[in-house]
Amino acid sequence: MDWGNIFGNAVGELISPTTAAYALAAIGLGIHFGYTGLLNFGQAAFLLIGAYGFAIPTLAGAPLVVAVLCAILCSVIFAFILGIPTLRLRADYLAIVTIAAAEVVRYVVTTTGLTDFTGAANGLSGFKGTFAAINPIPQGTYGFGPFTYSAYDWWVRIVGWVIVILASVLVFLLMRSPWGRVVKGIREDEDAVRSLGKNVYSYKMQSLVLGGVLGSVAGIIFILPRAVQPANYTTGLTFFIWTIMLLGGAATIFGPIIGSMIFWVVLSLTQGILYGAIESGAIGFLSTTQAGQVRFILVGVALMLLVIFRPQGIFGNKKELSFSV
Amino acid sequence: MSNLPASTAPASGIPTTHPLVKGEVGPGCAKVDPIVIADSVTRQFGGLKAVDVDHLEIPRGKITALIGPNGAGKTTMFNLLTGFDKPNTGTWEFDGKSLAGVPAFKVARSGMVRTFQLTKSLGRLSVLQNMLLGATGQKGEKLFASLIRPIWKKQEEENTARADDLLARFKLDAKREDYAASLSGGQRKLLEMARALMSKPQLIMLDEPMAGVNPALTQSLLGHIKNLKEDGTSVLFVEHDMHMVMHISDWVVVMAEGRVVAEGPPETVMKDPAVIDAYLGAHHDTDLGDLMEDGPNPVLEAERKAHEAHPEAETSGYGDTPPAAGVEETKR
Repeated sequence: MDWGNIFGNAVGELISPTTAAYALAAIGLGIHFGYTGLLNFGQAAFLLIGAYGFAIPTLAGAPLVVAVLCAILCSVIFAFILGIPTLRLRADYLAIVTIAAAEVVRYVVTTTGLTDFTGAANGLSGFKGTFAAINPIPQGTYGFGPFTYSAYDWWVRIVGWVIVILASVLVFLLMRSPWGRVVKGIREDEDAVRSLGKNVYSYKMQSLVLGGVLGSVAGIIFILPRAVQPANYTTGLTFFIWTIMLLGGAATIFGPIIGSMIFWVVLSLTQGILYGAIESGAIGFLSTTQAGQVRFILVGVALMLLVIFRPQGIFGNKKELSFSV
Repeated sequence: MSNLPASTAPASGIPTTHPLVKGEVGPGCAKVDPIVIADSVTRQFGGLKAVDVDHLEIPRGKITALIGPNGAGKTTMFNLLTGFDKPNTGTWEFDGKSLAGVPAFKVARSGMVRTFQLTKSLGRLSVLQNMLLGATGQKGEKLFASLIRPIWKKQEEENTARADDLLARFKLDAKREDYAASLSGGQRKLLEMARALMSKPQLIMLDEPMAGVNPALTQSLLGHIKNLKEDGTSVLFVEHDMHMVMHISDWVVVMAEGRVVAEGPPETVMKDPAVIDAYLGAHHDTDLGDLMEDGPNPVLEAERKAHEAHPEAETSGYGDTPPAAGVEETKR
């Protein structure tokens, strides 16, 4: 087994754009669930809308800013469509609607009738031009050891992580403010907050839109190093984001970032070790394809263990969760 | 459904006039200075008319008690007046403004703040945060303004100072930084009342403020309610225990089976035959001990919950006073 390579790949995941995208999506989900108590099981849909909302205008010739704004606008509209009928109801209804809506949009973009726009099952590619064009880093390869990337790869990483940091600062500023106090109050008991004269519906909508916009920006970061593939936006993606959020701590600032890093490093390590073991013959009963699936079984087990034994996550406040309110 | 008289002729010994009342004392009588006026408010749950109030006025600047046996529609009436439930028919106004069909949060903003039968303290917020949430018109509660601290810092400091005053008054200042979930049941009642006061309401509506609170704390709660009146706040509260009501209320409204069956000052309203009927039914001269058997009966308890409960209305988690539970049985 090539341990150097295995660890190199794993460490590389720390700053990969995918890690940044998942962290950002988890920050958005944290606003929904961690702070406001909205059960959004359709975060994958926001990533999908971000991805297509960015790729389709870009391929149609729109400049970068327009494409990004289009992605954000689409996610705002989607959040309203989800929220208007459900946010007046109990939290469980939003969960059902979001999980269904996420599947609906995925099937819509996969349908062959829309091949000209969405590329159907093949997805979209060739939309990186406008983003690469504003890359200030001269062509070439930079970095050291496992962190050696091309100019474009560095550009994606820098932009991705700067956005993650900005989003974290945004969440920090919001949650220390009276606005954050209201949404946290809604998480605890929305009738009580209503009885104190706050427009609960409006706050829930603001939270849903805000977290959804972060999800759609995460969707853009997610596709910058790869193509748009509808198969990436299954409910599995939503549950990975949930795992990351719960791993780090739902209502925390650094939780989603560290959660995402741990998630991807562990996935990379287990993949490297399992593949290495299979190739060297140490494990005979698994094929490499099966090993890929085993990793995700481990994710499921980890999520269960996490919720049972450390529900507050890594950064969460134990005391805060010790009350079963 | 009801075999109770909707109104009763004043029995001998009950005065027919009162300084709070314009005209004659009786169910639905007009007040000299009402803060709430409700007209033909009805709310039906399936075949059950939970609330059917023709006319009700709540006097301003006084402590009004809304009493009645279980299932009388008191909490439903509360929910309707505060916008937490929608009536089938009816209009009502608060301080001259019509509030029919107005959502709960706007009702609260207009100066009519309520508490809940089952306390709704926000467990994973600190006591102080709970209090601050009660303040109205906060600039920092707007999404964009919240990002810039200088906009709301000064207001926050003022609110914090006011919250500290109230916490000291309610003897919760030592718990300031604790999570509300760590408070005892009685402390949560206090917190909820203090939090409601943060908005400087004109009318505070307390839904069973004394339920599940030990006698010592009950005394202090009663004291707080009296203080509210002295500060010029009108109080409307729901209570089961008639004796508690006697001590602090200026006016008593009695509901039974959804209707207002009697009204009057506490000293005389208990003598009203309609009240005796409502509370004691046909068995009023029987020894209550025979009806009570061994304390609260689980069947009756469940029945009462089914009677009072509605998806939006809260059910009481507290045991009822045995006489009331016993009466419930005899009423049917």
